[in-house]
Amino acid sequence: MSNGSSAPLVSVEDLNVKFVSRESTVNAVNDVNLTLDPGEVLCIIGESGSGKSVSMRALLRLLPERRTKITGALEVDGKDVLALKGKELSDFRGGLVSMIFQEPMTALDPVYSIGHQIAETVRRHEGCSMEKGLERALELLELVKVPSAERRLKAFPHELSGGLRQRAMIALALSCRPKLLLADEPTTALDATVQIQVLILLRKLQEEMGMGMIFVTHDLGVAAEIADRVAVMYAGRIVETGTVQEVLNSPRHPYTQGMLSSTVHGNMRGKDIEAIPGSPPDLRSLPTGCSFAPRCRIADDGCRAEVPAEVTLGPGRIARCFKLDETAAPKIREPMPA
Amino acid sequence: MTDITATPAQAHAVDQAAPVVRVRSYWQTVGYRLRYDYMTLFFGSVVILIILSAIFAPLLAPMDPYESSLINRLKPMGYKDFLFGTDKLGRDILSRLLYGGRISLAMGIMPVLIATIVGGSLGVLAGFLGGKTNMAIMRTVDVFYAFPSILLAVAISGALGGGIFNGMASLTLVFIPPLCRVAETATSQVRNLDFVEAARATGAGTLSIIRVHILGNVLGPILIYSSSLVSVSILLASGLSFLGLGVTPPEPDWGLMLNTLRGAIYINPMVCAIPGVAILITSVCFNLVSDGLRSAMDVRM
Repeated sequence: MSNGSSAPLVSVEDLNVKFVSRESTVNAVNDVNLTLDPGEVLCIIGESGSGKSVSMRALLRLLPERRTKITGALEVDGKDVLALKGKELSDFRGGLVSMIFQEPMTALDPVYSIGHQIAETVRRHEGCSMEKGLERALELLELVKVPSAERRLKAFPHELSGGLRQRAMIALALSCRPKLLLADEPTTALDATVQIQVLILLRKLQEEMGMGMIFVTHDLGVAAEIADRVAVMYAGRIVETGTVQEVLNSPRHPYTQGMLSSTVHGNMRGKDIEAIPGSPPDLRSLPTGCSFAPRCRIADDGCRAEVPAEVTLGPGRIARCFKLDETAAPKIREPMPA
Repeated sequence: MTDITATPAQAHAVDQAAPVVRVRSYWQTVGYRLRYDYMTLFFGSVVILIILSAIFAPLLAPMDPYESSLINRLKPMGYKDFLFGTDKLGRDILSRLLYGGRISLAMGIMPVLIATIVGGSLGVLAGFLGGKTNMAIMRTVDVFYAFPSILLAVAISGALGGGIFNGMASLTLVFIPPLCRVAETATSQVRNLDFVEAARATGAGTLSIIRVHILGNVLGPILIYSSSLVSVSILLASGLSFLGLGVTPPEPDWGLMLNTLRGAIYINPMVCAIPGVAILITSVCFNLVSDGLRSAMDVRM
């Protein structure tokens, strides 16, 4: 990347997102710290409602302003995201950072052709003519390997298959050469064979264009496939971060451990899959201590009294747990194939 | 930064089997569909004929629509030069019908046009902004909704007094609430869809989201609904004239002609029916054309 220095592309400090309504306050994201270097892929893993998507939308300021309270420091490429206004914000969205959505059917406007939608975005950011925008759209469709791109330029979203639609969505997101790509479960709505194609494509484009990418998923297999680093979220907190090998092969937080042992992996026929007992806490009233404590098999009174601080286990390796000594013992299970 | 151009030859072999897509732009698709929709084509050409005949009434009309003659009162169809007969002042019905079309069509189209712009914008605004704005606009509209449309038109016309302009104004007010409601419903459905958020995520401002994505999705339903209102408007305008609230005599208007000929129904029933038939044909044609456009303009079909 051209900025040379080792400054992180994204730095998030003490991010808190609360949804305030008359009845209650939902603590969707609590004290999240994140950094992402240029050209790095970070996977955020977590179950539904753990605050993955909300954190991403906070990075783009896509959350409804009136009902959301965001505190903390959000910086992308040296820009203070929370301070952006008007034109700056529009240039930031799509120009510096763009986003791929989960459902390509609804994320593309049904009444405009694919080419038109891409050209429109290019025109908005680069101020060029519609013809220039369409040329650009053609290049982009070829870049994301849409076969017979020229014909597809005029196709409407409903005329494309799911995989092609998601490729078009990726082309749209890449249209202005963003430095940061946010991907919100981009493969969840696709079937398995198409999923892997799209993942490989994303990884390749990310490397070619030197983008940073934050990839949200609840699929550990997808994370293992694409990520450099992994952050595990639970109840709005990042409970564990580290490289993909570290987190998936030697998890230290009990939640990560539980999550990994509840996935299907080799030679377990006839054996029940371990599940984490209980369900995630209500984000309207989080427990006072560690939010995982009620489901944790090694939690004690100390865990329930206070929220554990971030413990640095190594460079870029962080976990939030009081019992890291106990969890360090190697678990009797085969490592995740990376 | 990076090389963004890649050759299409690198395309994945796996995707080659993807379904072949038609290469037509939106309007080409609409045109293609209309070309094989003979019903719509036929009724569309009738509508165009009616509009043309109204525009060129001075050239087409065989006689002066205002000229009365005492000897030629209430003559039947085909009497001498009077193809459609005469009314009770001896004026030529055909000429009055052609001239009347100008007023009746104007009364049918203008109020709907203005109401589409006003009601449509109000509805899109209410639907997009939501919250208190929506509440204020939609509840106000609901007040108008409480009255049956003909009653409302009669009440407003009655309050404003007769005349073409007041008639149009009252019809416009009658059509604003339903159009506003249609626009609001369509907008609030579209507003929360992912592509609006996706547009915001690519840097689109509120105005360009409304202009491109909201209007693009909402304009179709609004236009189709308003084209079906044209026939209602013609009927209501005729009703107003019939009651003596719209057009004032001696101006020729289909509704007014129907009213004045009503007295002669036992003497000359066929001639009496002619203005009614004109209203019927026009409104049926407008309805069928708007139906045809509805199915041709829906890209998702």
